[in-house]
Order: sequence, then structure tokens, then C-alpha cells
Amino acid sequence: MVLRNPRREIDMHGPMRVHALLERLEINRESVLVIRGDTLVTGDVQLSDDDQVEIRPVVSGGCA
Amino acid sequence: MKCRRCKAPAVIDVRRHNAGFCRDCFLHHCREQVRKTIEDFEMLAPGDRVLVAVSGGKDSLALWDILRDLDYDVDGLYLGLGIDGYSDESGVYARAYADKVGAQLVEIDLPTDVGFDIPTGSRIARRVPCSACGLSKRHLFNQAAVDGGYDVVATGHNLDDEAAVLFGNVLRWSTEYLGRQLPVLPEGNGFARKVKPLVRLGERETAAYCVLAGIDYQVEECPMAAGNRHLGYKSALNAIEEQSPGSKHAFYFGFLEKASPLFTPEAAAEQEQLQQCARCGTPTTGEVCAFCRLVERATR
Repeated sequence: MVLRNPRREIDMHGPMRVHALLERLEINRESVLVIRGDTLVTGDVQLSDDDQVEIRPVVSGGCA
Repeated sequence: MKCRRCKAPAVIDVRRHNAGFCRDCFLHHCREQVRKTIEDFEMLAPGDRVLVAVSGGKDSLALWDILRDLDYDVDGLYLGLGIDGYSDESGVYARAYADKVGAQLVEIDLPTDVGFDIPTGSRIARRVPCSACGLSKRHLFNQAAVDGGYDVVATGHNLDDEAAVLFGNVLRWSTEYLGRQLPVLPEGNGFARKVKPLVRLGERETAAYCVLAGIDYQVEECPMAAGNRHLGYKSALNAIEEQSPGSKHAFYFGFLEKASPLFTPEAAAEQEQLQQCARCGTPTTGEVCAFCRLVERATR
């Protein structure tokens, strides 16, 4: 699993739903997209051990 | 989860709409939200020439793409800020999109064309980097629009941006800013019209739009913004939104409908005091505008 900003990789063991994964990592679901392979997945999707998952932050900090 | 429109498997859930969408229906949803915003606030008229401020990030590239899909006459404007390890990459994404779709991208480079970069200039001028950056963007976007014969500057401010700015303005009761926090600022007095067509879309939606539309954008955050107050406001609002989906929308659109008119007289009074900057001619309340003062300090 890849987390961005800053980029780091972690291993998590499935099966686990996306919502549960974010809860375990203490990540607000409004602040990220979850990408499995090359497509987005919704919170109710079950992830398995073999899935490559990116958790991509969406919050921008500029205040122009 | 199923798509609300077509019942195919959903790829994105939008909790404040209590809905999931498949790829195609989500792209349609985003376009319709922008179309409705433009119509409701009378942002654009037929034949308007639109200049989109493009940073290479998700919001501005999504906005450019959607406005093109909606058949507006729209060019991009990229401003190089001279931030090491960030600005070069952001320009790559802006140029790549323009090349891919065959769109016109106007470029201004702050270090080359004006004489300072944001990190150095803000330090010398003793301004917070985000403040110097915002001031430079507002001035140069407007100048580029006026010089280039564009009617409108469109920026990628989304619902999260506007709710966070509103949150900060309310916390300090900055009434002069509350009076100007509108999705449309009309043209006149040397200003091009300014519009924010993404205010019905959250930043999670603009990011998802780019992923699903195949638009590469700069995911890495600006290093100058780390830990700023704006991010703190967004974090607080997202904590509320997670418990109560729709809160950000209700906060911002409730303000526009019920409270904004209370603050517009103060902003209008300030507009009446505008005169031309003695150096660049831009409308300002002082003798010399804030941008020219920043340039003077940052380049000495």
C-alpha cells in the first residue's frame, strides 16, 4: 500500500473494507481517494492481501 | 455500491449527496455541477473569452477540462512561482495537459518576468509565502486577462477552499473580506470579471474527476503551504463533514444566501475609494498597489 504526501509504503493484511482500512490508519475519508490498481474504489469495497492500493490525499493548502 | 444514475458498480461515493457514481456518470455529475453554478451565478455569457488560472494541480486542470467540455472559449494561464522542487514539476503538468488537448497556454514566470521568486521575495519582504503568492497571483492573473483581451478570469477554487476561507473570515469577523467572498466578482474599474465555477464540487471530487478523466496532475503539495492556517481550517471542517455530510455545502451556500448581503455595503464602499496605482495603473486604495510594494521590497 502506498501513501502519498509524504510518500511511504506499508503492508496491511486483508481482507478488509476500505472504510475499515482508513479508520485503522486514522485517516479522514473526506480527505483522500483510495485507488486500487488503476481505478478508484468506494468505501464498501473489500480489499485483499494481493491488492496494490494507493491512498491519495486530496487536500490542497494554497490560500490565494 | 451502485451508481445512482445507471446502477452499474460505483467507483466513487459522494457522501453529501448520499450517492455513488460509476466513471461516466461521475464525470457527467461534475460537468452538471459546474454548468449549474455558471448558470445560477450568471458567471459566463456566450462569446466570453475565458482565461483559466492553471497551477498544474487537480482543481485548475479539472476546471479547464470541464469548461472545454462545456464549449467555452477558454485558454490557460500558468504562473511560474520559482519554488524549488515544486514549480518546475507543476509547469510540466500544465503544459502536458495543454499539449494533449491542443489548448492554448499563456505562461508568466515570476523570477524571469518580474524579478523575484516566492521563497526569496516573501522572505525579503517579510510576508508569509502564501500571502505573497496569493497577492502575486491575483495581480498577474488580472493583468494578463486585461492585456490579453479576456473577459473573465476563472479560478479553480472549490467548495473546500471557499468553506475554509469563510471559516477563517468568520472566526476573525473580517467583514471587509466577507463582503467580497463571492463566486463572481464583476468586471470594472480595471478588473476583469472573476469567477469560481467549482464551488459546488469538493476537492475530493475534483481529484476524482482528474483520475477518472485520465488527467495527470501534481499530487504533491506546495512545500510553502505546509502547516498553514488554511490547512488547519480544512482539517477542522473535514472532521465536521465526516460526522455530518453536507455541512461544508450548507455553511458556504447558507452564507451566500442568508449572510453575504449583510457585508456587501462595506466592500462596495471600499470599491468607491479605488484609484489607479501610481506605478502600474492597477486599481488600489493606496497611492501604490500592494503588488508594486511587494515587487519593490522583494527585488531590492
